[in-house]
Amino acid sequence: MAYALQQLINGVTLGMIYGLIAVGYTMVYGIIGMINFAHGDIFMVGAFLSLIAIVGLGMLGITSVPLALIVTLLFAAGIAALYGWAVERIAYRPLRGSFRLAPLISAIGMSIVLQNFVQVSQGARVKPMPQMIPGGVTLLSSDGFAVQLSWMQIAIVITTLILLAAFTWLVTRTPLGRSMRACEQDLKMAGLLGIDTDRTISLTFVIGAALAAVAGLMFLLYYGVIDFFIGFIAGVKAFTAAVLGGIGSLPGAVLGGLAIGLIETFWSAYFSVQYKDVAAFSILVLVLIFMPTGLLGRADIEKV
Amino acid sequence: MDAVTTDAPLLAVRDLTMRFGGLTAVDMLSFEAHAGDITAVIGPNGAGKTTVFNCITGFYRPTSGGLNLTQAGGRFALERMPGHRIARHAKVARTFQNIRLFAGMTVLENLLVAQHNTLMPDVARGLLAVFGLGGYRAHERAAVELARFWLDAIDLTARADDAAGALPYGAQRRLEIARAMCTGPVLLCLDEPAAGLNPRESDELSALLLRIRDGGCSILLIEHDMGVVMRISDHIVVLDHGKKISDGTAEQVRNDPNVIAAYLGEGDEDETPAEVAQ
Amino acid sequence: MSRGATALPAILRDAGLSALVAFGLFAVMIGLKTDAGPTSLVLTPRPWAVVLAVAAVFFGRLAMLLWRLWRPAGVPAPRRITAGFARAGRYIAPVVLAVALTLPLYAGRYWLDLGILVLTYVMLGWGLNIVVGLAGLLDLGYVAFYAVGAYSYALLAQDLGLGFWTCLPLAGILAACWGVMLGFPVLRLRGDYLAIVTLAFGEIIRVVILNWTTLTGGPNGISGIPRPTLFGLTFSAGGGPGSFADFFGIEPNLTQRVAFLYYVILGLALLTNWVSLRLRRLPLGRAWEALREDEIACRSLGINVTITKLTAFAMGAMFGGFAGAFFATRQAFISPESFTFIESAMVLAIVVLGGLGSQLGVAMAALIMIGGSEMFRELAEYRMLIFGLALVMMMVLRPRGLVSGRTPSVSLGERHEIAPDLVAQGRG
Repeated sequence: MAYALQQLINGVTLGMIYGLIAVGYTMVYGIIGMINFAHGDIFMVGAFLSLIAIVGLGMLGITSVPLALIVTLLFAAGIAALYGWAVERIAYRPLRGSFRLAPLISAIGMSIVLQNFVQVSQGARVKPMPQMIPGGVTLLSSDGFAVQLSWMQIAIVITTLILLAAFTWLVTRTPLGRSMRACEQDLKMAGLLGIDTDRTISLTFVIGAALAAVAGLMFLLYYGVIDFFIGFIAGVKAFTAAVLGGIGSLPGAVLGGLAIGLIETFWSAYFSVQYKDVAAFSILVLVLIFMPTGLLGRADIEKV
Repeated sequence: MDAVTTDAPLLAVRDLTMRFGGLTAVDMLSFEAHAGDITAVIGPNGAGKTTVFNCITGFYRPTSGGLNLTQAGGRFALERMPGHRIARHAKVARTFQNIRLFAGMTVLENLLVAQHNTLMPDVARGLLAVFGLGGYRAHERAAVELARFWLDAIDLTARADDAAGALPYGAQRRLEIARAMCTGPVLLCLDEPAAGLNPRESDELSALLLRIRDGGCSILLIEHDMGVVMRISDHIVVLDHGKKISDGTAEQVRNDPNVIAAYLGEGDEDETPAEVAQ
Repeated sequence: MSRGATALPAILRDAGLSALVAFGLFAVMIGLKTDAGPTSLVLTPRPWAVVLAVAAVFFGRLAMLLWRLWRPAGVPAPRRITAGFARAGRYIAPVVLAVALTLPLYAGRYWLDLGILVLTYVMLGWGLNIVVGLAGLLDLGYVAFYAVGAYSYALLAQDLGLGFWTCLPLAGILAACWGVMLGFPVLRLRGDYLAIVTLAFGEIIRVVILNWTTLTGGPNGISGIPRPTLFGLTFSAGGGPGSFADFFGIEPNLTQRVAFLYYVILGLALLTNWVSLRLRRLPLGRAWEALREDEIACRSLGINVTITKLTAFAMGAMFGGFAGAFFATRQAFISPESFTFIESAMVLAIVVLGGLGSQLGVAMAALIMIGGSEMFRELAEYRMLIFGLALVMMMVLRPRGLVSGRTPSVSLGERHEIAPDLVAQGRG
């Protein structure tokens, strides 16, 4: 029982990270209907930017952990946002309105570029980082097993919830959010009605990249080790989360992220660590077969 | 498949109901279409006409009710069959309100795809044809001949090798009908075939439909162009809000007060059948 | 030139802005390198690398804008290329084929190895072209079937002692069975869902291979996979009785084996091509293309959409399996590392760059991409970076691929090319 509770806590933490990345996938897919394959690599770039910032701040002698983390978060999110903007501008905008597969290949190309760019500029070695937020509380202990809730996990969950709340507010309450929703409904019509669609799409990429960078920071803090390849698997899983939740739906992305995080954690804990990815993907396949539009996706009636 | 009774109507719609969530698009609808007739289904926009078509051709599964098709090959309960089986075995072909041609394929290819099941009865024989086995060549010659026949009928022989998507609108409408006919149907369902046609094209369409009917294929027709409907229909069914409000010959329907009320009461731009009659 | 004079300041400003963005992107990532320090990571500043990278972006952008300004007027370049390809296609194909057939006569070991590599990708491209180009089904996990083929041959040869020519059809059939098994539940999913599910399947198969150590050797892979024979004649380097060199009484050398492998893959690739071309003219292939154009219309014509999709999926998988078996016999060693997503992406990129559905285009794209990336081998770690950039650039310049028109499969009169913007890409 205690063991299961511990897995639940770990799973939710991991799910939050996946959820944050999934939001970027789902928003981009909702608006321009493409799989932004490079999004996972933006997450990886965010993790590296965070690493550089933390190491740099440490060398500058800033010892206050909360201050360092807030500066790192803003810094990584800001520069990753620039990466998101640049990727859209270079690889996707020229292909807008083009046929379906070109942006996908272009995105795969961008993913390769980002991975190898980081590999070349930061080296192929795994980057370790010491624990920044140690400690936690013991919730309960039974059968000689203590359920730990670390400060780190609390920080990750709270940050994610704040960001998601802010983002939901942005989408539902602001003019930018309204443009985004209009573009999602009908890009062409939104353009005809005077919405600057290019700007809206750019901002969508920028926001998605910033969120992914925060997820990168969390990943770095949580696992304490990153390399240039983490973006691929995390990206595929986050996309899986987005599809699982119903692509285009924000709450769906978070729910899907949680589902993937929990499945993965419980599977690793009770069955086998090696096959945890297989478990996550198998659930995806099953959900899509029996619920083809995901958990919270709109059912689309086939118009004949 | 039950035993065939000769006096059964070609298509018998019994208490057909189709709901989408809370919306009832078709409500306890019953009507019959007889072999050798052109049966028109008319009604204001949103009356549920296309939904009826989609139920008949297997694109929607009706919420309740029966759709019985009786032809020489037997009796088919269409409400329980998937779309491709309806087209293949019950021999019901259809066209679409917003034309659905294979735009990137040529006119001729469109007509050959329609003969898929004659050319390739099963996958094994389809694969044997790779090695030139299974008597494929003769079949293909016959298929091209049938395509040629329909190309002549719709006056598109000269454009047989052009992409279907490059044809003018009226020609695309005709091609879609020809493509449906290439499946060898006993019942052809046409969803607004005259939409967007000019008067001359409408006349040609009427002639084509009469020719198809006289060739032995019955027609079920959704149409807003009352000129076409009144001229060629043997039997008219009028729908409003998913219910049948009138059923009979052109003359009977035209003078039915329910029909006049439905059209005028809606206040939309459709001409009333009565106006056309004058 | 007055046109240039007025636009020049704007161009400089644009290039300057690009450089500014580049500075924002590179200042941290390139400028501060994380290195292992005595106790923890330390940062090593590299200002010159940033200056270099920013300068490269500035001048690159400048050159691009100037080219756009002074490019010869008239027909935009891409269309000229397409038209050229279309006209020349008739002549290019036989020439390429002739060169391919005679290559071992005058090319050395290095070129033959490169030829084998390119032909493997040509074959994979043609196989995937059936699925993506003809049937319009987006498959991001094609490498799964390649892996199934490779492991089928390796295991059948190792555990049952079967020879290459017995295993080849078996590997293809097994891969096709996997295609049907995986395809059956997922082929009714629309567009991008299908893409992500196929990607997931690709990963699942790789993870299973990686972890099922007792069967597959796990990360260590399988080595000592037997080489193919020519009607029982072996190609061992030492010659000896029963070898090719011994039978024909010639000096044994390694190039004979390489040349033999080259002809095997050439034959397999040509078989793929022949079957695809043939199927395209038959009802099955025509139904695939119709499916790509409009699935709903297909259903209304009585075509069983599921079966038709499955045959395309299985056919593509089968050729992937053949290619996999060949890969195993050529390398004599396989491990899960050869079957990562990047392989699927590479093959898909070849198909899209070649022009969906175009056999010649796919072959050219494989030659350009695989050959080109081999040319950059000395650049070591920069190679994939350049490869990625090239992929993006090629897509931006030619989103429809090299050969984008569609040739009708049948005609009454003269056959003419169908404009690419009429041809659909499929939603599945």
